[in-house]
Amino acid sequence: MTSAHRNEAASFTFQGRNSIARCFLRNRLAVASLIVLVLIVMSCVLGPMFSRYTWQDQERENRFQPPCRTHWFGTDNLGRDIFVRVLMGGRVSLEVATVATGVAVFIGVLYGALAGFWGGRVDAVMMRFVDIMYSLPYAVFVIIVVTYFGRSLVLLFAAIGAVEWLTMARIIRGQILSLKRREFVEAAWATGLPWYRVLFRHMLPNTLGVIVVYTTLTAPRVILLEAFLSYLGLGTQEASWGTLIQDGVAAMEEYPWLLIFPSAALTLTLFALNALGDGLRDAFDPRNSSHP
Amino acid sequence: MAGFFVRRLMEFIPVVFLVITLTFFLVRLAPGGPFSGEKFVSEEALRQIEAQYNLDAPLFVQYWDYLTDVLRGDLGPSLKRPNRSVTEWIKLKFPVSLELGLYGLFVALFIGLPAGVLAARYQNTWIDRVTMSGATAGICIPNFVLGPLLVLVFAIWLGWLPVALWEKPVDKILPSLTLGVVYAAYIARLSRTAMIEVLSQDFIRTARAKGLSEFQVVFRHALPGALQPVVAFLGPAAAGLLTGSFVVENIFRVPGLGTEFIKAALNRDYTMIMGTVLVFAVLILFFNLLVDLIHAWIDPRLRHD
Repeated sequence: MTSAHRNEAASFTFQGRNSIARCFLRNRLAVASLIVLVLIVMSCVLGPMFSRYTWQDQERENRFQPPCRTHWFGTDNLGRDIFVRVLMGGRVSLEVATVATGVAVFIGVLYGALAGFWGGRVDAVMMRFVDIMYSLPYAVFVIIVVTYFGRSLVLLFAAIGAVEWLTMARIIRGQILSLKRREFVEAAWATGLPWYRVLFRHMLPNTLGVIVVYTTLTAPRVILLEAFLSYLGLGTQEASWGTLIQDGVAAMEEYPWLLIFPSAALTLTLFALNALGDGLRDAFDPRNSSHP
Repeated sequence: MAGFFVRRLMEFIPVVFLVITLTFFLVRLAPGGPFSGEKFVSEEALRQIEAQYNLDAPLFVQYWDYLTDVLRGDLGPSLKRPNRSVTEWIKLKFPVSLELGLYGLFVALFIGLPAGVLAARYQNTWIDRVTMSGATAGICIPNFVLGPLLVLVFAIWLGWLPVALWEKPVDKILPSLTLGVVYAAYIARLSRTAMIEVLSQDFIRTARAKGLSEFQVVFRHALPGALQPVVAFLGPAAAGLLTGSFVVENIFRVPGLGTEFIKAALNRDYTMIMGTVLVFAVLILFFNLLVDLIHAWIDPRLRHD
């Protein structure tokens, strides 16, 4: 390979990266979503420390307070401050989201990369397994697992992570398959590198954009699944957004703020993550744009 | 076509087998049994009832017995409510879930498709932006948020609709909407993208040049070509609509199979869990097959895949 070639390739990726950032920053909705997400995460992590109340402080004389200056989101049946409870619920939801998404992405990327890399019959068998997993009623299995083995956080992570990796595996496999024939991969082989270095050092880094995009799109699905389980009373013992919504539904007739604030927090987070994911996808691959 | 159908049907067998096996061992290996929560007069009485349901046999013997029973179409008695067999419970509860699912499907198609077509036809106008914002909101609002909010507004504040009943047709409006809106939103997005692509093709220009009305161009010429991704989405979606209504059944107190499944899981009613999971799995497979058949019907090239 001549040096002219290398320069061309280098300038191409440089320009590519620049245009990705520019394309992303032009998408106002995606940028706003990123800011909103940072704010939500910051307030869930830091907010409870600065609050006058803790999530379990009870004020017997202040039960079912509508939103006011001292209790921004009102109080519940035990006189607990809903604002702090929503922030603490956010901690649980985001915690589960982070770990379970991590599990799902790790399994998905590894599985997809290996399937695509080996190809042939191994690939066929591995992807057939993914097809079968897709056609299983996975929500049913998650429900069975959490109802049976107790409500431990670790189990929840594992159960959610184990069902959400399939899409990632399919996408990464496709990417790796198309990278296999590229010159730089052949060059890596030609230098006599072992297969795992070719795969993990040369091919996988090139799928980073796709991984980032689909991680952002997996996270809201994970949050949704966790909230769904908590809503049905099958989630963790700590009150997450799903649990708060369930409590709110029981009291919504007279005390609608108990339902509205946790619902708004959950919906806003899901919306922001989805919009961010879409924005990133459009930035990385303008041809697949879902927006005008 | 028949060969294609049979070949796909054969693929059911390993998947159903896998579902039965996975569920069976998952449920049995967990701590606690269907009768462990109940107070029995004596150890003997407990052992007696376990013997009655063959629960004292070795696990693999039970597994083998269950498999052969299922092959003969016998799902066994419900362990917690022995007055009816599992098959009878499913016959009683599944039609309710099916009805709810069909209404949901109706909502999804009759809101989603027109919205997508309209947005594509008026691409980049305010109509497009409003519809697509609505679709994004529809995708992001979870049904256990949407359902209670609809109840709050239309049942409690406005008093137009009942809160949680499943008898008269009016009772079914809110549950159907809650179930169908997410799918409507996805269908709107999918059909918009597909319509935009079809509308830019040559044969549409030809149709316009022939002097056809805009309605005919859009609905007779463009829409059929844009249906493929919607059909592909409908398979998994229809299965989800017909089975995954756990939350909607929970919110609106709909006496369907989803409620039964959660009850069974909490009660460790082994046979009931197995029976409902089997129904869900077969439904999902069935709808995937149906979608493949529709695809093959629309696009003959797929038949020899």
